Amino acid sequence: MTTKHQTYYVPAQSGWPIIGAIGLFLIAFGAGNYIQQLATEKTSGGYILLAGIAVIIFMIFGWFKTVIDESMAGLYSPQMDRSFRQGMSWFIFSEIMFFGAFFGALFYARMISVPWLGGASNNAMTQEVLWPAFEAAWPLIKTPDGTTTEAMPWTGLPLINTIILITSSVTLHFAHVSLEKAKRKPLIIWLSLTVILGAVFLALQVEEYSHAYQEMGLTLTSGVYGNTFFLLTGFHGMHVTIGTLFLMILLLRIIKGHFTPDKHFAFQAGSWYWHFVDVVWLCLFIFVYVL
Amino acid sequence: MSTTTHDTIDTAHDEHHHGAPKGLMRWVLTTNHKDIGSLYLWFSFIMFLTGGAMAMVIRAELFQPGLQLVEPNFFNQMTTVHGLVMVFGAVMPAFTGLANWLIPMMIGAPDMALPRMNNWSFWILPFAFTMLLGSLFMEGGGPNFGWTFYAPLSTTYSPDSTALFVFAIHIMGISSIMGAINVVVTIVNMRAPGMPWMKLPLFVWTWLITAFLLIAVMPVLAGAVTMVLTDKFFGTSFFDAAGGGDPVMFQHIFWFFGHPEVYIMILPSFGIISAIVPTFSRKPLFGYSSMVYATASIAILSFLVWAHHMFTTGMPVFAELFFMYCTMLIAVPTGVKVFNWVATMWRGSMTFETPMLFAVAFIILFTIGGFSGLMLAITPADFQYHDTYFVVAHFHYVLVTGAIFSIMAAAYYWLPKWTGNMYSETLGRWHFWCSVISVNVLFFPMHFLGLAGMPRRIPDYAIQFADVNQIVSIGGFAFGLSQLIFLAVVLKCIKGGKPAGDNPWQAADGLEWSIPSPAPYHSFTTPPEIK
Repeated sequence: MTTKHQTYYVPAQSGWPIIGAIGLFLIAFGAGNYIQQLATEKTSGGYILLAGIAVIIFMIFGWFKTVIDESMAGLYSPQMDRSFRQGMSWFIFSEIMFFGAFFGALFYARMISVPWLGGASNNAMTQEVLWPAFEAAWPLIKTPDGTTTEAMPWTGLPLINTIILITSSVTLHFAHVSLEKAKRKPLIIWLSLTVILGAVFLALQVEEYSHAYQEMGLTLTSGVYGNTFFLLTGFHGMHVTIGTLFLMILLLRIIKGHFTPDKHFAFQAGSWYWHFVDVVWLCLFIFVYVL
Repeated sequence: MSTTTHDTIDTAHDEHHHGAPKGLMRWVLTTNHKDIGSLYLWFSFIMFLTGGAMAMVIRAELFQPGLQLVEPNFFNQMTTVHGLVMVFGAVMPAFTGLANWLIPMMIGAPDMALPRMNNWSFWILPFAFTMLLGSLFMEGGGPNFGWTFYAPLSTTYSPDSTALFVFAIHIMGISSIMGAINVVVTIVNMRAPGMPWMKLPLFVWTWLITAFLLIAVMPVLAGAVTMVLTDKFFGTSFFDAAGGGDPVMFQHIFWFFGHPEVYIMILPSFGIISAIVPTFSRKPLFGYSSMVYATASIAILSFLVWAHHMFTTGMPVFAELFFMYCTMLIAVPTGVKVFNWVATMWRGSMTFETPMLFAVAFIILFTIGGFSGLMLAITPADFQYHDTYFVVAHFHYVLVTGAIFSIMAAAYYWLPKWTGNMYSETLGRWHFWCSVISVNVLFFPMHFLGLAGMPRRIPDYAIQFADVNQIVSIGGFAFGLSQLIFLAVVLKCIKGGKPAGDNPWQAADGLEWSIPSPAPYHSFTTPPEIK
């Protein structure tokens, strides 16, 4: 072929997807059983879950190794690179919609369900009949059925964590600039710094959770305020964990000398993911903590 | 699964030697869009029969008033799992299978953009449905809260197996999202050079928009099931007013997913019908660009109408009016489509082979479903129709004589390309006429049952509904049996038949008709010239 159009690489048969399918099944089946067994003595579900996680980790390593080998062997055309980039962008869009569901729940609780339980709009009788003593407020520190808790202030740890995450986005950007200019040493320094900031964020998040549980009585079960607080920050924390691992692997690959200034999809993807997680945190900080 | 049928396809592929591997592992390890398309289509058909068997249980119980065959709780499990299996197991995988088979051939691409992920998207589905169907046999039974799993039915009052239901839905969602990402990237990035947007086949256009909807709303469903899980097992109160939440919030989140979901199940049909009608009318499609804009408009509007499922749940009057008018607005782009199909047929040299029969039936019967939808959109009228058999009739007209009929039409239309053989036209016509008569016996009287006040999802009914229910059940059994003819047609066609030739329909337009039948294992490894 002499045309400018390079052949698109279509991989031959692969065993990784079916391994991944089995792994995902074990995770789902194990988690489903584990949760049902919470109130009982049985533990089989937990083991199935752990086995599933192990299979998925094995799959990720094997699958990504195949992709990296193919990439290093020069099998991928620029068109393939665009496929990866577009795929990653749409994946992040789906993640945004996932967080959107929980932000939606937060807004609904704040703007509609809590005020209505307090008699707002035309719901005077709702309050009168259900919980006449209930007073609508946000954060909801006293639920209609009388569970009380404390509101997490935005100062202190959350503010520090916000600064840490924003800084990490900046350091990651500097790493990206260094990569594009093929400056190896600053690249490794900036990226290491980003990984460290991610890890510190997670450590402080653990600290914040234990403070909430042990000293403030703010738990997953303390009404819709605690629900939205822990599900939003919890899912965000999971994403930071994944993002940090992602960046660590990128760091190892950079030390091995994997990326070039014009060919570094994996780095681009990791960087997009990290910035996305950062933006989610900013929304969290504003809507969960400050307002 | 059905290894025998897979082996049958295998032999059919033997005639061309572009390196299709042999044996069962071919199907497990494949990265080929045609193999994966076939897997999706067979899986979908097995699920169609499974969900259909559940519908037969429902219709058998409703054949007479009183409780005859099954316990009410089992009846509830049947209605629930019938819905889930048909939506997530039959209709959606069928469309994904068609997308896999057709989109790369239609746009001149060598395969889907991300072939290994394509395999993963498919193979997680059988596991998800094993979990969902397996939960029916657990102590306490399977999901029994309706496919919409409204809280608190799915939280406070649900069986323990709800945990498995939640994770099964998660896997189905992951599968759909990955499948949709693959479709979008394939269409955006893999079109043959020189194929502009406004020359894309409409099936490609409609699937592009469908895939966008999937990526946008499947994560919202994941959020909804997650909140159900934590409400049931971890003491949260998203859907419990005692903790400051609201069961109505569940309905808002669910239907924000659910309404785009119903368009996910119909937009690819529009693409299929827009391919078939011009071929058998021997005229180009009337109003191509208006079709594209109409599809996009429907997709946008689908995000603004979710609360029309909840008129009787209660909301401020302004909201009821807003959702009523937005819903009615959808009739405009849909009307544009129906008008265009009819205008395409107008003064065409029409013939009525089986795909065209299904396509014409689609246009008429889907429009009936659309009209009953308009009746339901009128808020005050909906107060009367809500949760009656009128609603059941409405959505089965759009999903069975709409989505399923279009899938049947597509199967007949492209079977010659897939297998290299013509299907039996006689059997195809038997299948069509048996289906179209029985399906109307099955669903049309449901309108009257609903208007007379028979509630849905109840295993018993008042004595005055007995006669009509018997007619409906007979139609149901007949429709179920008719689908076995379809199975026979497909198997027969795979085994052999009159050779199809590259373009068996002569007037069919599109890149997929420019390559041999059966389509070679790898088509368009180098992009074709677009004139």
